[in-house]
Amino acid sequence: MSDRNLLEVRDLSVTFATEEGVFQAVDDVDLDVGPGEVLAVVGESGSGKSVTALTLMGLSRGPNASISGSASFEGVDLVSAGERELRRIRGERIAMVFQDPMGSLDPVHRIGDQIVEQIRAHRETPRGEARRHAIELLDAVGIDEAASRADAYPHQFSGGMRQRAMIAMALSLEPSLLIADEPTTALDVTVQAQIVDLLRDLNRSRGLAMLLITHDIGLVAEIADRVAVMYAGRVVEQGTLDEVFYDPQHPYTWGLLGSLTRIDRPRPERLPQIPGAPPSLVDPPQGCHFRPRCPHEFERCPRVPGLEARLPDAPGHLDRCWLDPAEKRERRPVGEGDS
Amino acid sequence: MNGEPLLEVRGLVKHFDEGSGLLGRRRAESVRAVDGVSLTVAPGETLGLVGESGSGKSTLCRAILQLIQPDAGSVCFEGRELVGLSQRRLRPLRPRMQMVFQDPDASLNPRKRVGEIVGTPLELHGIASGAELRREVGELLERVGLSAEHYRRYPHEFSGGQRQRIGIARALATRPKLILADEPVSKLDVSIRAQIVNLMRDLQREMGLAYLFVAHDIGVVRHVSDRIAVMHDGRIVEEGPADLVCEQPREAYTRELLAAVPVPDPREARARRLDARRP
Repeated sequence: MSDRNLLEVRDLSVTFATEEGVFQAVDDVDLDVGPGEVLAVVGESGSGKSVTALTLMGLSRGPNASISGSASFEGVDLVSAGERELRRIRGERIAMVFQDPMGSLDPVHRIGDQIVEQIRAHRETPRGEARRHAIELLDAVGIDEAASRADAYPHQFSGGMRQRAMIAMALSLEPSLLIADEPTTALDVTVQAQIVDLLRDLNRSRGLAMLLITHDIGLVAEIADRVAVMYAGRVVEQGTLDEVFYDPQHPYTWGLLGSLTRIDRPRPERLPQIPGAPPSLVDPPQGCHFRPRCPHEFERCPRVPGLEARLPDAPGHLDRCWLDPAEKRERRPVGEGDS
Repeated sequence: MNGEPLLEVRGLVKHFDEGSGLLGRRRAESVRAVDGVSLTVAPGETLGLVGESGSGKSTLCRAILQLIQPDAGSVCFEGRELVGLSQRRLRPLRPRMQMVFQDPDASLNPRKRVGEIVGTPLELHGIASGAELRREVGELLERVGLSAEHYRRYPHEFSGGQRQRIGIARALATRPKLILADEPVSKLDVSIRAQIVNLMRDLQREMGLAYLFVAHDIGVVRHVSDRIAVMHDGRIVEEGPADLVCEQPREAYTRELLAAVPVPDPREARARRLDARRP
């Protein structure tokens, strides 16, 4: 693994045996997260983004799951690591925040005690010191009167405060990577903005790297350094935030960016839409998975395009589309210079 | 009824008494979920109702449809007062105002075939039966972008976007004049959301429908609405033409709501952050 990446995922595939057949949830995924970097994995439901995140945490293992590929993180391969090593890494080195904080907080224990227990489960810390640390963390994530709020139960917190408490707990062991799966989706829009600001501050002030799983392109634009776009189990495009937004290379990315409502622009008569629906992952189309919905399909598309750099001036900008880059710039309805 | 509103709500109030809580605590005060709301919807128009959770927008919808009894105020639909009408007198009016829900999974009976789901309102209100019912249902399915062959399938055989189309077909079955759509696209993926938004707009044009489009996402609301009403703590705090409300909001709350909407444009987002930091 190269020195520059904190997390390097290569050829990751996850299949589940189901009654209907083999379900290819994650298909040959490559991802990189540098130290202190925010990588957003964006995709719709069924794109494989959440299964990818769960697999990195060792949480998709099971008798009907088959996992291949590698995920190097601080010298450990998360795919082949044993349960004991994974338990150490989870929480200590990689922390996770989910969409629904109520589902991850224990309803019968006080917020502060839950953070104290988390710290003491991994470190030999006297209770009093752990409690002081918990209060500092609650204060750092923007919970007012942290010392008294630490004695509250989860149900006494609003949704936004619960998410802040989850983030405080995630920070408690000073991980180097935070995996956040739809961290703002269940929150009201004004609260969403506050949580985004908090995550950005933590990234900048603590150098905390993040793998952000989301369907929300607006959130991506607000916080990510780099973006991976997933569709039907595969990464179809990966690059810096500006590369993906202003020079998008994959027709699915064009469709995603084009179908957004923009509050800061005159509204179009009709929203551009991607026809059809994502394919079944038990019986996906041969070759490019986006092919049945793509208006630019041609004779090469029944072969799977690799995730490759296709632009001479942007070696880190990867995509899975056979179209010639010059032709893409001509055809695409979004990106730089159009509008 | 030219120039007359299709729906006119005046001073609507609904409060809920908070009885004994889970832990036996008693709270004397009642919560004013809807606190004196007035609004109008003209024939063929879309009024967007935007608000966050707890703003009272869902309670307002249910009070308009008389699914819950308002405590005060009036709801006039096609010139008739609905508040105080018996269920029997409401029944002939129900086909004219229909509802589309957020979650098609929860609102479509999983044991019924699509044909039955869409056809039941036709039968219930005595609009069609037998072969005519079947033909009508086939037409409705095609109108929402499905196929008449889907008649015999079950909801689980469809994707989320297709299930929302089934919900819309069911709402259209009785040829309503007004559709209350409560977060109709918020559970759908972005690429599917655009399809449903466009479909609702096409149907509006073809059938002269009026919508009360309720959502928390002011971006989507602005796209579909002629006018927007912003709801906060049970009240309408601002109302006006959609573009005006979004471009020149008068109320602090509307400005806060707009400022919180993430802009899917990295350069704009960076510029907004710089602006916010400036004193």
